[in-house]
Amino acid sequence: MDLLKRQLAPITTEAWKQIDDEARRVLTLHLAGRKLIDFSGPHGWQLGAVNTGRLKQIEPTTPDTVAHAIRDVRPLVELRSTLRLKTLELDYAARGADDLDLDPVIAAAERIGRAEDAAIFRGFSEGGIQGIIEASPHPPIEVKAWRDWPRAVSRAKEALRLSGVNGPYALAAGPTAYAELTSESEDGYPLRKRLQESIDEGSLVWAPALEEGAVLLSTRGGDYELTVGQDLSVGYHSHGKDDVELFITESFTFRVLENKAAVLLRRVSS
Amino acid sequence: MSSESYHEPIELLSEQTKNQHRANVSLREELEAVDWYQQRAEACTDPELKAVLIHNKNEEIEHAMMTLEWLRRNDPKFGENIATYIGSSGPIVGVEQGATGGGEAPSGGGSVSLGIGSLKGMK
Repeated sequence: MDLLKRQLAPITTEAWKQIDDEARRVLTLHLAGRKLIDFSGPHGWQLGAVNTGRLKQIEPTTPDTVAHAIRDVRPLVELRSTLRLKTLELDYAARGADDLDLDPVIAAAERIGRAEDAAIFRGFSEGGIQGIIEASPHPPIEVKAWRDWPRAVSRAKEALRLSGVNGPYALAAGPTAYAELTSESEDGYPLRKRLQESIDEGSLVWAPALEEGAVLLSTRGGDYELTVGQDLSVGYHSHGKDDVELFITESFTFRVLENKAAVLLRRVSS
Repeated sequence: MSSESYHEPIELLSEQTKNQHRANVSLREELEAVDWYQQRAEACTDPELKAVLIHNKNEEIEHAMMTLEWLRRNDPKFGENIATYIGSSGPIVGVEQGATGGGEAPSGGGSVSLGIGSLKGMK
């Protein structure tokens, strides 16, 4: 038995496969941070914290006392997103149905995916996580109209270069920014194509948790690190007569190693 | 040359498939080298040469693992299966059943994940 307790669930092997496949599909689509930053793990449930190599609370000594300092570590945060499924529906999988109604799985996967990305981009102070945006010393670049995106991305790239941050660069774009970049065109020339002057083709990543606008960051490596203990998994909580409660979980922390490697492009109304 | 072992016309293959082919061929070559060095070291009668051969074998294992890590980062199915099997404990064939919810899951810290891991480079 392990922490996921899947063996206790009244769920057939066929239904488990569909649940896992659907969760994996949604998470792979929604997770933006993992497409851009360094990844360490999975290290398993046993990993409780990441060593930063630093000290905090250094207490000076006096002649009669002993000096002490506390090691600075980043504790792992455990996320859990619960969902409830009908047992009758799940049992259809064993009868050959390959189109189970798994909307609760989709919703739970979207929630936990957004939570991970929110911690990566905006931080999670309770977990000691500083996000990419709040750590960045660069002033945000305001984007007042959709046609301003290419110029704003170009300015952001210049800011990174002036700080000594080399590429390749990628743009994580929130829902509004992504929609504008992929659907709008100027004089018949798509905005997305104009971006290629600043970032490589295909370096535009949909980041649904990034409501502020977009973030241009270097993907050269060594700037941002996501450390995962238990990677995203589906576990069992309980069941009643007609339904079963599951959860999607993970343990992780995130560290900014080079705060100058990203610039926020904030979409504002003109 | 890895290009000699293409099975389909090269013009039909994407850059991703060609790079993956290079990695697959490299991994196979590194594992073959591990096998050769192991046999030579075991049969070798000179202690110093034997030590060199074992050193070389260990280097090839490092090369193989670096290539495998590239495959993990660039092919989600490799990542998924590595997350399931590598580092697990208990009977290996039991891990597959654990991964799909049936049978015994791996013991200890081996909770079965969705195998998502790093998505770096994926759009």
